[in-house]
Formats: sequence, structure tokens, C-alpha cells
Amino acid sequence: MADTKEKQQKKEVAKAYEKYARKFTPKPKYFMNSLKAFITGGMICAAALLLENIISGYGADDKTAGTYSVIVLVMLAQLLTGLGWFDTIGKFAGAGVIVPITGFANSMVAPAIEYKKEGIVLGVGAKLFSLAGPVLVSGITVSMIIGIIYWIMGIAGGQHV
Amino acid sequence: MSERKQTIIFKNKPYILSAYSIAGKKESEGPMSDWFDYCISDDTYGESTWEKSESKMLKTAMGEVVMRAGLNHDEVGAMLSGDLLNQLMSSSFMARDMHIPFLGMYGACSTMTESLMLGSVLVDGKYSDNVIVGASSHYCTAERQFRMPLEHGNQRPPSAQWTATAAGAMLVSQCSQPYTEMKTIDGDVVNCRNVRVESGTIGKIIDAGIKDANQMGSAMAPAAIDTILNHLDDTGRAISYYDVVLTGDLGFTGRDIVRDLLADAGVNKADIENVYDDCGTMIYDPQQDVHNGGSGCGCSASLFSGYVYKKMRKGEIRHALIISTGALLSTISPFQGESIPGIAHAISLESE
Amino acid sequence: MDYVYSFITGGLICVIGQILMDATKLTAPRVLVILVVAGALLQAFNLYEPIVEFASTGARVPLPGFGYNLAKGAMEGASGGFLEAVTGGVKAASGGITVAIAWGYIIALTFSPKSVR
Repeated sequence: MADTKEKQQKKEVAKAYEKYARKFTPKPKYFMNSLKAFITGGMICAAALLLENIISGYGADDKTAGTYSVIVLVMLAQLLTGLGWFDTIGKFAGAGVIVPITGFANSMVAPAIEYKKEGIVLGVGAKLFSLAGPVLVSGITVSMIIGIIYWIMGIAGGQHV
Repeated sequence: MSERKQTIIFKNKPYILSAYSIAGKKESEGPMSDWFDYCISDDTYGESTWEKSESKMLKTAMGEVVMRAGLNHDEVGAMLSGDLLNQLMSSSFMARDMHIPFLGMYGACSTMTESLMLGSVLVDGKYSDNVIVGASSHYCTAERQFRMPLEHGNQRPPSAQWTATAAGAMLVSQCSQPYTEMKTIDGDVVNCRNVRVESGTIGKIIDAGIKDANQMGSAMAPAAIDTILNHLDDTGRAISYYDVVLTGDLGFTGRDIVRDLLADAGVNKADIENVYDDCGTMIYDPQQDVHNGGSGCGCSASLFSGYVYKKMRKGEIRHALIISTGALLSTISPFQGESIPGIAHAISLESE
Repeated sequence: MDYVYSFITGGLICVIGQILMDATKLTAPRVLVILVVAGALLQAFNLYEPIVEFASTGARVPLPGFGYNLAKGAMEGASGGFLEAVTGGVKAASGGITVAIAWGYIIALTFSPKSVR
């Protein structure tokens, strides 16, 4: 019992101190950061659309054109990361480049390049997934669960056997 | 049983014969550049990995203090040093080439005063004639270990601090200075004073419950306050006894918290303004885009062995209280939802 | 007009991510996971498809679009049997994933880490 009371007390002190410390802590510039994210993020999406339209112009269907434009964005983002420019752009744009697929591409190369000296297997090979891994794991897991649920619902609905 | 005191009074007041500071490119472009003994123009320092660069910086600093004191390596009884990396990589790898008895120290960013304290104990107790102490940190090694990879396009929140690429070392000795003249940075030759370690206060770990690794300043500030107040209490001094009171790497946020809390504890406000500052706020120019100031072992190590030591040799500072502050989090503890334990050790220096 | 819709929707999704990062102390990888899962779940209830129809790349290029793509593939695969239901998601997103891994590996092997300016 005494233990939980002590814990409770600790928690209260922590809360009070955090509130106190917040007075001194500089706040992020919410509005400016959001504006920058909005503009860069929007531009990347619009550029992807332009790319899609160009690729469709050569006779590709919508789905193929979509995949190609994603591939181009990924390759470009990773190249910029390799050249060391992506972190500078990211510092300015924040979520504007992290939330689009470019951020996913960057989060694969960034740790991999840093662990180059640790070898190409356990350094680059493993670190490629240290940040992007969770995204793939959660996305793929959720997609499989959704697929199975839909499959069960399909059986229950009698659409197929 | 007598009441516990956290402060060690050194009876023989060991001498700091020499000190050396070395800083990276960004630090050299800051306002403290004139006080560093050596500025490296390229953060790799000619090495192939960042860890090697950091190790080499520390090795240079350690080698230089021995040379400047006019000693040979085999006259040094022990070497105490630490850094931020796992298993003290920079320090141990530096030590394998030095052939000096080695003790690795870990106190996160508080390593400089931690090793200076124990080094002084060895010398004061006459277990060693000469001891070298030091600490180092490197932006590129610390950042990838504790936060995000460098090339990752994330934004650092404004409360984040910048790990300094720097190292500092001091040589603590039983004997006083063999020579008495030194050249100042202005080119004047002045009689230099002896810098002695007068007392030291070992800090307690204080955890105020901050969990965000981007708020080191506010996580460590309570520990700094505790150590300062205990030191003043143990020694019966007022803060105005000191010409400068410098904390290690609290940054702007932590500095403001310390000022506020010291005033709360009844310390004269004008005195706090006059004597207290933080190395993290001094090492960079606010325009260098470092957000909340500098951090890392090297931040306090390089300023204590550069700025503070040189000013004391010149006699511009007579009494200094230096407090390196450390955040003792591990690379995994934030993921386990643990808060950040803070620590601070104070050393009182005097120049005579 | 397509470009304007794409710009605005894409921008707004990024603003959501930015606010998540600034206001809640969530690190970038966590925000990405949240967005991907959110996109997949919205699509599972057929709520993301209308956004994609309205905004095209504005909804497909940000990470919720990646989740949408995975979920949509799985949902379409479900009508083709169990195996298709399981593999459909990755199949639909395989182009981006494969390139991101292979090209990323090549880039990481080619370039060296740089210090910060």
C-alpha cells in the first residue's frame, strides 16, 4: 500500500514539475510549421499527379501510371538522402516531406547510410528497416487482417465457396 | 553519527597544471572559438568513422595536457575519462594507445566534473602524483545512438539541444606550476596563476519525472539546483563568493529554470544574474540554429578546460564553481516509458 | 482543377502529420505508423476511396495512401480466395516497396554519411 502511495506522490510531483518546466520551454511554431508542411506536401502531391498524367500520355493505364509515379518519388527522395540534401529540406518542410511516400523512402536510407561502416549485411542491410520496418510491419499486418475478414464475410455472404 | 555532507574538501588543494580543449567545426564558428586550444576544420578529423574522430579528439587533448605540463606518459599515475557512447568506446579506444593506467567514467554529460573530482581525490590522497582527466562528445556519434539518423528529414523540436563536438582534458598534480608566464589570446604575456581544486560536491540523482528526451534541460535542472544548494550549504558560502557559477549543458530552458528555482530558494536574484550561466548557452551563437543550446560531455569539458581555466590562469576569475550536468538515460529507457534521471557534480576551483 | 484538389488534400494530410508531431511529442516513425494504419482502416470501411476519387495523388501519395493501397489490394483479393486475401495487400503495393528496398540499398552503399552543416 505504501508503495502505491509513494508512486502516486511521485507522479504528482512529476506532473507539477512538467507544468512548471513548460513555462520555460520554447514552443514549436505550430502555424508556420503547418503552413510549410501544407505547401510542400501539397506540391509533392500535385507534382505526382503531373507525373502520372505525363506517364498516362504514353499510353499507360491509371494503375500503372500511379505505380510509376510512386517509384519515381521514392527514387528521387532516396537519391536526395544519399546526397545529404533531404535532411535540409526536411528541416524546413517537416511533415510536408515526411508524410508523403518520400518520407518513407528517406527513413529507409537514412539509418542505412549511417551504419555503412558496420558492414553491408548487419549494417546497411539490417538498418534499412530500423525506421521503415514498423511502417511495413503494421501496414502489411493490418492489410492481411482486413483481407481475411473480407474473405470470411464473402463466405458468409455466400458469394463464393 | 555526524550529519552527511556531500562536499569533499581537498586538504592539499591539488593543482591543475594544464588543460586542453578541442572543438569541432560548428563550435569553432561560435562565440567561444578564441578560447579553444585547437579547432578542427573537418568533423571527421581525418578518420574514417565518427567514433574514431571522437576518440582522436580525446587522445589529442589527453596527450597535449601531459606534454604541456612537461611530463612523460609514465609519470602519469592514472587517466580518468568518459564519453557518451555505449561501453565508453571513445575513451577505451583512446586509452589503448596511451599506456597510462585507465579508469573509464560514465556520468553522461556530467563526466568532466565526475572525473575531475575522482582525479583530485587520487591526487589529494597522495595515491598518485599526476592524474589526467577528460571527457568528449561528438554530434554524429551521439545523435545516431540516442536520437535519429543524421540524414533523416525530421525536424528537431525547439526544446532539443545540440550535442557539441568537443573534448577537454586537465592534468591534476600535487606539484605547482614549473613556469609562470603565459601568453594570453590578446598576445600579452602575463604572470599566470595556479589553479587549484578546492572542494567538490558529489551530486545525488534527481528525477523530476520528465520523460521527453528532447527536454534534457528541464530534466537535469533539478539535479543542478540540488547540487548547488548543497554545496553552498555545506561550505557555508553565499553564491556571490564565486565569480562564476557555470552549469554544464542545461541550455536556455534549463538555465532559466535554475535561475528561477535558485531565486525561489532564497538566493539573491542580482547575484544569480551576475555569476550564473550555462555552458550550453555559451558555446553556440543563437543564430547557429542549435535551438536550445549545446549539450554533451564535450560542451562542459571544453569550456571548463578552455574558457574557465584560461581565465583563471590570467586571474580574471578567482573563484569558480563548475557543475557538469548529466542526463542518465539509456538508449532503451525512453521506449520503456522511464523518466530521465538527472545528476550534477560541482567542483570549486580557485586561482592564487 | 485536379491539381488544386490534389494539392489541398495532400497538404491537409501533411498538416495532420505535422500537428501530431509538434503537439503530441510522437516521433516521426510513430506518426508514419499511425497514418498508414489509419489509411488502411478507413479503406476497410470504404471511407478512403471517396477521398482518392476526389483528390487522386493528393490522397494516394501521402502515407495513408500506402495503407489504402495495401487494404484495397487485400479487399479485392478476398473475392479470389484465401491466399489472394492474404497476399493481395503486398501485391498491390509491391512496386513501391520493392523499389524502396532495392534502390535504397544501392543508394546506401553508394553514398557516405555526411556531417551536419
